[in-house]
Amino acid sequence: MLADMFAARKTVSGNQRIVLSIMSFVIPLVIWALVSYVPFIWHPQVKITSPGDVSYLTEGMQLERDLFNKEVENMRQESKAAPEGIRVNPIYFPAPHEVGAALYKAFVTPPQRRNEQWLHESLWDSIQVIFWGFFISSLFGVPLGILAGTYDVFSKLFEPFIEFFRYLPAPAFGALAVAILGIHDAPKIAIIFIGTFFQQVLVISNTTRKLDPSLLEAAMTLGAKKLSLLFRVVVPGIITHLFKDLRILLGWAWTYLIVAELIGTSSGITWFITQQARYKNFENVYAAIMIIGFIGLTTDLFLAWLGRRIFPWEKGTAKA
Amino acid sequence: MSNLQLPSYLEQSEDVRDRFARMKKRPVTLNVKGLNKEFNTPQGKVTALKNINFETYKREFVCVIGPSGCGKSTLIRILAGLESPSSGSVLLDGKEVHGPGPDRGMVFQGYTLFPWLTVKKNVMFGLEMSGHGNTSSEEEALQWIDLVGLSKFANSYPHQLSGGMKQRVAIARALANRPRILLMDEPFGALDAQTRAKMQNYLMEIWQNIDVTILFITHDLDEAIYLADRILVLKAHPGEVQEVIEVPVPQPRHPDQLLSPEFLATKKRLEELIHPPAKEEDITSDHLNMVRMVRVDDEVESVF
Repeated sequence: MLADMFAARKTVSGNQRIVLSIMSFVIPLVIWALVSYVPFIWHPQVKITSPGDVSYLTEGMQLERDLFNKEVENMRQESKAAPEGIRVNPIYFPAPHEVGAALYKAFVTPPQRRNEQWLHESLWDSIQVIFWGFFISSLFGVPLGILAGTYDVFSKLFEPFIEFFRYLPAPAFGALAVAILGIHDAPKIAIIFIGTFFQQVLVISNTTRKLDPSLLEAAMTLGAKKLSLLFRVVVPGIITHLFKDLRILLGWAWTYLIVAELIGTSSGITWFITQQARYKNFENVYAAIMIIGFIGLTTDLFLAWLGRRIFPWEKGTAKA
Repeated sequence: MSNLQLPSYLEQSEDVRDRFARMKKRPVTLNVKGLNKEFNTPQGKVTALKNINFETYKREFVCVIGPSGCGKSTLIRILAGLESPSSGSVLLDGKEVHGPGPDRGMVFQGYTLFPWLTVKKNVMFGLEMSGHGNTSSEEEALQWIDLVGLSKFANSYPHQLSGGMKQRVAIARALANRPRILLMDEPFGALDAQTRAKMQNYLMEIWQNIDVTILFITHDLDEAIYLADRILVLKAHPGEVQEVIEVPVPQPRHPDQLLSPEFLATKKRLEELIHPPAKEEDITSDHLNMVRMVRVDDEVESVF
C-alpha cells in the first residue's frame, strides 16, 4: 500500500488525490497552530501580566524570556515583588485564529481616514493594475512570441535584444516610469508590463517551436499556404500550451505587483499591507498576503477549468 | 527457403505479362528524372540520392524498398515537395512540380492528424484550403469518412481513435483532395501485425476503386510484394535504384498468395538484393562476445 504510493511517476487514485490535496493545506496549518498554541515549541517572549516592582515594565508589554528571567532573579535577590507573565510568540507572528478574525474584520472595518479605501476597494485597484499590465503585455507578447517561434527571421531579429532586456530588473525602471507616466496607475501598469512582456515573448516563442513540424508538413501537402499555415495550424496547434503558459505568466505578474504598487503613490493591496504594518496590525498583514494567495489560486483554478471547457481535445494532445 | 525449388521471379504468367504490357501503355503520372540529393553535414558532403530515374503509370501501385539509409524517406519527401532536390526534376502529368501541393497527397508514419480537429474537420482541412465552401466540403468529407468505414467517429477527436483508425483518417484526408498521386511513407510501420494486414487490404480495396496512383515506402518485404505492381529497390550509400521488379503475383491480390511460388520467388530476390550474402569478417563481428553465465548445476542446463 505505502510502497504503491511512492511508485515513481505513477498517478495516485482519485480519493488519495483529494486527501493529499487537502493535506497539503492542512499540514502547514497544523504546524502554524502548534507553534502558536503549544508554549514549549517556540514562544521566545514573555507578556507581562503583572510588572511587580520592576520600574520599566508595564502590563501587556512583551520582552525576551532571558531578560524577563533575569529581572525575576534580580527582584528575588532584592526581596521585592517579582514580575509575572506568560510565554508568548512575538507580535509579528500572530496565531491562526487572530489572522482568521482579521480576514473577516479587514473587510468590515471602515477605513480610518476619509481619503483611505476599504480593503475590497484596495484589492479591486490591484486587480485592475494586474489586469491591464498583463493584458497589454499579452497583446504584444503573444503575437510576437508566435511569430518568433514560427519564422526564424523574427526569432533572430527580436530574441537577442529581448534576451538582454529580460535581465534588466523591472523595479529598476520605477523612477523612470514615474517621471514619464506620472504617479498614479500608469507607471505601475508599466512595471508589470516590463516584468511580464520579455519573459512572455521568449516563453511563447519556445512553446511555438515545440509544435510537431510534421503537422506543418502535412498541412502543406494538403495545400495550406503561408497565412493559413499560421492561423489554421500553428495557432490552434499551440493554443493549449499557450494557455498554460499564460496561466504561469499571470502568476509572475502578481509577483511584480507589490513592487509596482510601491511606485509613485502607494496604492492597492500594497498600500493596505504597509499601512497595517505601520500600525503593527500584523494579523492584518498576514490576512492581506493570504488574500493575494486566494485570488491567485482561484483565478488559476478557474482558468484551468475554462481551458478544459474550450479545448475539448486537450486530454489526449500528448498522445495524438 | 533456399532448399525450395522456386521459379525465377522474372517468370510471369500469360495474364500477368499481358497486364504489365497494358499498364505500360497507360499515361505516365509521375516522372522522376536524374534526381540527386546531397546534404551538407559537419562530416562533409553526403550523397543521399544519386541519379534516380523512374516513372509510374496511371493508377499503378509502386512500392519503394531498400535498406535503412538508402534515402527512401528523402525520395518521398522530395516528391511531396517538402525538400528540394540538388539536381534533377520531378514531373507530375508532364509538368514539373516545385514545393508541396494538394496534387500530391501524403500519408506519414506518425499519422499527423490535427489533434484539435475532429475526424470530420481533419478530412475537411484540405478541401477548405482549396477553396471549397463549408457545406460542400463537409458533404464530401463525410463521403470519404464513410469510405474508410469511420462514419461513427466523424465527430471524435484523433486521441479517441486507435492507430489503425487514425491512419484511415489520414488516408481519407489525403484522398479527399483528389491527388494525382498518393505518397505513403511507411504508413503502417507503427501498427501491430494484425492491424497492418487489415490496413493493407483496406488500402488495396481503396486503390482498386479510386483514380489514384500510389507510391508506397516500406521496409517490410512481404508488404511490398503483397501491395505492389512494381517494386523499386534502392541500395544505400549512395541511394541508387538497384532494380525495378515487376511483381509476378497476379492481381487482384489475396492473402492466400503469400505462400505462392511467385510470391516466394520475389521475396527471395528481394532478400538477395537487400541483405546480400555477408562477407566473412561481417559474420564473425555479427556475434555477441558471450561467455556462459548459467550455473553448471542449474535446473535448466541447456535451452536445447
